Amino acid sequence: MLADRDRIFTNLYGQGDWRLAGARQRGDWGGTAAILARGRDALIDEAKASGLRGRGGAGFPTGVKWSFMPKKSDGRPSYLVINADESEPGTCKDRDILRNDPHKLLEGALIAGFAMGAVAAYIYIRGEFYNEAMRLEAAVKECYEAGLLGRNAAGSGYDFDVFVHRGAGAYICGEETGLLESLEGKKGMPRLKPPFPAAVGLYGCPTTVNNVETIAMVPEIMRRGAAWFSALGRPRNSGTKLFCISGHVEKPCNVEEEMGIPLRELIEKHAGGVRGGWDNLLAVIPGGSSVPVIPRAICDTVLMDFDSLKDVQSGLGTAAVIVMDRSTDIIRAIARLSRFYKHESCGQCTPCREGTGWLMRVMNRFVEGRADIEEIDTLDKVTRQIEGHTICALGDAAAWPVQGLIRHFRPVIEERITAFRQRSVRMAAD
Amino acid sequence: MVKLSVDGIEIEVPNGTSVLQAAELAGKEIPRFCYHERLSVAGNCRMCLVEVDKVPKPVASCAWPVANGMVVKTDSPMVRNGRRGVMEFLLINHPLDCPICDQGGECDLQDESMGYGWDRSRFREPKRAVREKDFGPLVKTVMTRCIHCTRCIRFLAEVAGVPQLGATGRGEDMEIDTHIKLALSSELSGNIIDLCPVGALTSKPYAFIARSWELARVDSIDVLDAVGTNISVDSRGPEVLRVLPRINDEVNEEWLADKSRFAIDGLKHRRLDRPWIRRNSKLVPASWDDAFHVIAARLKGLSGEKIGAIAGDLADAESMLALKDLMTALGSRNLDCRQDGARLDASRRDFYLLNTTIAGIEQADAVLILGADPRREAPVLNARIRKRWVAGNFPVGLIGPAVDLTYHAELLGDGPASLARLLAGEHPFAAKLRAAKRPMLILGEAALARADGAAVLAAAWRLAAEFGMLRPDWHGFNVLHTAAARVGALDLGFVPGAGAKDFSAMRAGAVDLLWLLGADEFDAARIPPAVFVVYQGHHGDRGAARADVILPGAAYTEKHGTYVNTEGRAQRGRLAVYPPGEAREDWRILRAFSAVVGHSLPYDDLESLRRRLAAVHPAFARIGSLGAPGCADPTGPAGDPAAVLPTPFSYPIANYYQTDPISRASPTMARCTETFSPRLAQAAE
Amino acid sequence: MIEKEALESLRVEQFAFDEASEAAIPAILTKYPEGRQASAVLPMLDLAQRQMRRTTGSAWLPVAAMNEVAERLRMPPIRVYEVATFYLMFNRRPIGKFHLQVCTTTPCWLRGSDEVVAACRKSTGIAGWGETSKDGLFTMTEVECLGACVNAPILQVNDDFYEDMDGPATENLLAALRHGDVPPAGSALGRQGSAPADGRTTLLGNGC
Repeated sequence: MLADRDRIFTNLYGQGDWRLAGARQRGDWGGTAAILARGRDALIDEAKASGLRGRGGAGFPTGVKWSFMPKKSDGRPSYLVINADESEPGTCKDRDILRNDPHKLLEGALIAGFAMGAVAAYIYIRGEFYNEAMRLEAAVKECYEAGLLGRNAAGSGYDFDVFVHRGAGAYICGEETGLLESLEGKKGMPRLKPPFPAAVGLYGCPTTVNNVETIAMVPEIMRRGAAWFSALGRPRNSGTKLFCISGHVEKPCNVEEEMGIPLRELIEKHAGGVRGGWDNLLAVIPGGSSVPVIPRAICDTVLMDFDSLKDVQSGLGTAAVIVMDRSTDIIRAIARLSRFYKHESCGQCTPCREGTGWLMRVMNRFVEGRADIEEIDTLDKVTRQIEGHTICALGDAAAWPVQGLIRHFRPVIEERITAFRQRSVRMAAD
Repeated sequence: MVKLSVDGIEIEVPNGTSVLQAAELAGKEIPRFCYHERLSVAGNCRMCLVEVDKVPKPVASCAWPVANGMVVKTDSPMVRNGRRGVMEFLLINHPLDCPICDQGGECDLQDESMGYGWDRSRFREPKRAVREKDFGPLVKTVMTRCIHCTRCIRFLAEVAGVPQLGATGRGEDMEIDTHIKLALSSELSGNIIDLCPVGALTSKPYAFIARSWELARVDSIDVLDAVGTNISVDSRGPEVLRVLPRINDEVNEEWLADKSRFAIDGLKHRRLDRPWIRRNSKLVPASWDDAFHVIAARLKGLSGEKIGAIAGDLADAESMLALKDLMTALGSRNLDCRQDGARLDASRRDFYLLNTTIAGIEQADAVLILGADPRREAPVLNARIRKRWVAGNFPVGLIGPAVDLTYHAELLGDGPASLARLLAGEHPFAAKLRAAKRPMLILGEAALARADGAAVLAAAWRLAAEFGMLRPDWHGFNVLHTAAARVGALDLGFVPGAGAKDFSAMRAGAVDLLWLLGADEFDAARIPPAVFVVYQGHHGDRGAARADVILPGAAYTEKHGTYVNTEGRAQRGRLAVYPPGEAREDWRILRAFSAVVGHSLPYDDLESLRRRLAAVHPAFARIGSLGAPGCADPTGPAGDPAAVLPTPFSYPIANYYQTDPISRASPTMARCTETFSPRLAQAAE
Repeated sequence: MIEKEALESLRVEQFAFDEASEAAIPAILTKYPEGRQASAVLPMLDLAQRQMRRTTGSAWLPVAAMNEVAERLRMPPIRVYEVATFYLMFNRRPIGKFHLQVCTTTPCWLRGSDEVVAACRKSTGIAGWGETSKDGLFTMTEVECLGACVNAPILQVNDDFYEDMDGPATENLLAALRHGDVPPAGSALGRQGSAPADGRTTLLGNGC
């Protein structure tokens, strides 16, 4: 188990003071100016060396992403945009950072913003996190008052602003270009890429969008060094990670753990184990609702990191572990996710707009069993007509849970359909 | 330049080309619904998917830039499957009501479904139904058919500059709507019907009228403004059923103004389909012979000085030349085509043309609009100004009453006095104009239809000269006409000869016999009763109401005619249907009458008449194209620039939808008037 | 549906920002660069909706308010309508004093959101989603994942998350609201944030 001394989010549960005074006691804002003094290139190299991969779901190497930003301005300002639109079902880690460790995020914003040459950061926080946004705004205010943000931020000689922007209820704004559209005052409809945000982002300016957790990890990595961070976890899957353990566990919780921790250990050590014991486990969605479900057999051994979960045709995603015990109607659990994606599709691309509704309706019939066995294959094909054919990954995210269900639980669906048919036949006979 | 291969064909294309455009250059057709050459790229329909080497997923070719060495496949299994999938998604919630859909037979979705659709559906769920929208009198909606390509939204926002449509809601509940039940008030709204790739937006007046394959199509020219929009006229039997734009990048690109598209039902109402003679102050039906003889009798003994002719706004050049030749034969030089009394100077062509040309607007880098409202006077041309404005760095100044032109125009004053202030550099806009490399000004014809018209013309020309608009390589002086006939008439010299009577004199009774060739844009009732009025035209409008003899002519869809647009571009309209009843092509009427009075005109067929046209003015010899660009001679028109009056300019068009005998007879245009100008509609009743 | 709501909401003919809202506007606008006022459309609509709650007791956005925001930000009104109908937090018809937003997405459903829904129905007499109780106090909306899944199920009332809910806890909460008490937000079990219910397994040092 990760030692407390290696934990970054030391006020994860809000057991301490979230304000600047408390944050400083925990080490935040310590030597920030000295970190910036190392220079942009050094910070980007440090980020690269640490092996930090984006914590928002896609897992793109953070330092590499920063390095896409122009080294010299062509007259346009550059922006850092922080994605706090946490909405992926199962995921609630950024909320804890926003409300309990806001200064980690703000210090990270300054360091990351400096490393990429940004003049300001916009933190796009989901609208439902109203209280969290108020706390974050208060923390920003503290920073300005303490000279940590604004002109000559933290005494670094660098001018840097941070603005908090609240969303208003749309999952798709968590997609980085949907977020930029929304931040510009439009519907959150993802943009065509190329051009990528590093070339044409917010207001047509070079922009990097990073997740809250990613940015909040940056100050500690810079303070302790890349070697410390990369020594944790496994190669290409380094560092610590916030895990959200929800569903059928004894004690659902968030916890920071080492990357690559075995799923079973994660659940049993921190969440009190599966309700009714490990043998009562049916399946786990290991990385937020978008990743395919994995059955008990895989859960026994799988490690919680990018590559291990990819190897079992799932993904680490946001590291939101949704646990389902044997009492779960797995078809209904996945059908509810299909409804989620149908509800959150922006409506722009044909396959997603039309396909997510189709998936949902067939899945709803599967819940009852009111379907033909052949429709399982049809449904699988429909998911593949959506996947990879849309502007953003929401289409893929809608497809994968259904594919995972069919891959691992086809007999359950077949059984449901057969039972329904038998019931109908009996009713007709009565 | 970038080299790439498309299906094995090596091509070289400019940087910034999309894969879709490159594929087209390679001769490969890419299906598309949302993509349109003249709109921004949306990339949402996903139909134009192609395979690009080293890219794991199919890409939307409309939005994918080419790169050197790129290998594109437009017909691989990945591509075909991708498109089939998209087609299936488009069709699952589409009603498949082609048999009762007006788009049937000319529907992109129908066409592409032949290639990528299946003959049965795997979709077992209930189909989506979408509530109809009310977009006003012109555009009919069947929103259940909508495939959410957003072309209509983009057109109104980008080209028309009247952003009234949006996509509200999201996901499968997304709907194209105005949200507040708004009638689309753009003068270009009908174009969204053409742009709609399915039957979601169709023509309201044309609903359930005809199938595309029943129509006979003739290429022609619109005459309801002076733009010279290229159109095709669709007819079935004796009826014109539809007018659509044809592509001509130099004139209208592919747009058509609403009046020109929708006023055609006016061609069926209030038509003059037989000659009439006034007897005992009542008009009674007559034969051609009777009508001709009544006129001939009145002419007998009249000296040429007491005869006059006024050409109307819709007249074709052929009939105007025939009328002029007839008048000359009768000894009259009392001719005029300026029913508004505009002090147009016909002595030199660039005094009355839109010299910069419509396409040339895109080269300009500043514009000053004087007493013109191009949005209502020439909507398609206005779209070109807007296009230039959207491209950026294009200051627009306006002198005249404040008006929404669909782009930002700096209001510099409301009358000609502002010209002097601009000349004196007293307004900051003067600096912008001076800084421009290719500045232009657009002078409304109505600005010349004032007592000080000649002075306004001279002042505008002087301003153009002062601001460097008159150069051998650039002609920035422009007159914007509203009448399709006007420039042709000026080219033909349909203006009073030296010392002869002009429009106002003739109207006031200076002649004893006045021949009105479709002249309906003045109050003919005020012609003194003693004047014998011959009205030759196609509609029972103002002129016919005052006439002593009515000679039924042909509307523009019923004759072969030449029209010169505001740029000076001669173009040919063609006969789509025959004139109704006993009505005849106008030049033939004049030719026939000339024989009755013993002055047979020297042409028996259209070809010889057109040879004479070309001899009268070279513009008629270069159909479709323009003369030499640039300003060869900066000497200005006669008139004292200082003699301008303080009176503010006013715009000629109070109600865009009713400006001529055809649109005034159109029930559709009447509905538009009720919708968009309810006060005017009431006043008319 | 969207259109019907719009036409009904046109009955509210006027909307103007009041003094309190006006005081908040400059701080909103200064967050965005010159010429990028449209960025403020979400905060401005939110401000208008909060003003409606403050002044009428119902947090919703009539078309007149959208028009006012369009005017302020120099946006075509249709662009504001698009935004107001795209984002779920804008209520386009009047709602009750307490907006019960019940998350029923899978993580909440696994932890018993059905019970929360049933309790809401029972306590308020509301039959279907989107309806308002006869006393005008409650409107019940089904929402998607609220992002507090380890504290599922979640019932959001106006701005506050009530976490770790079940049937009885929901009934108690609604009873309190009806009596004018607004209980503190957070876990119904009284646990600290997202920590395991019976105490932390990590960060066991001296509160650092």
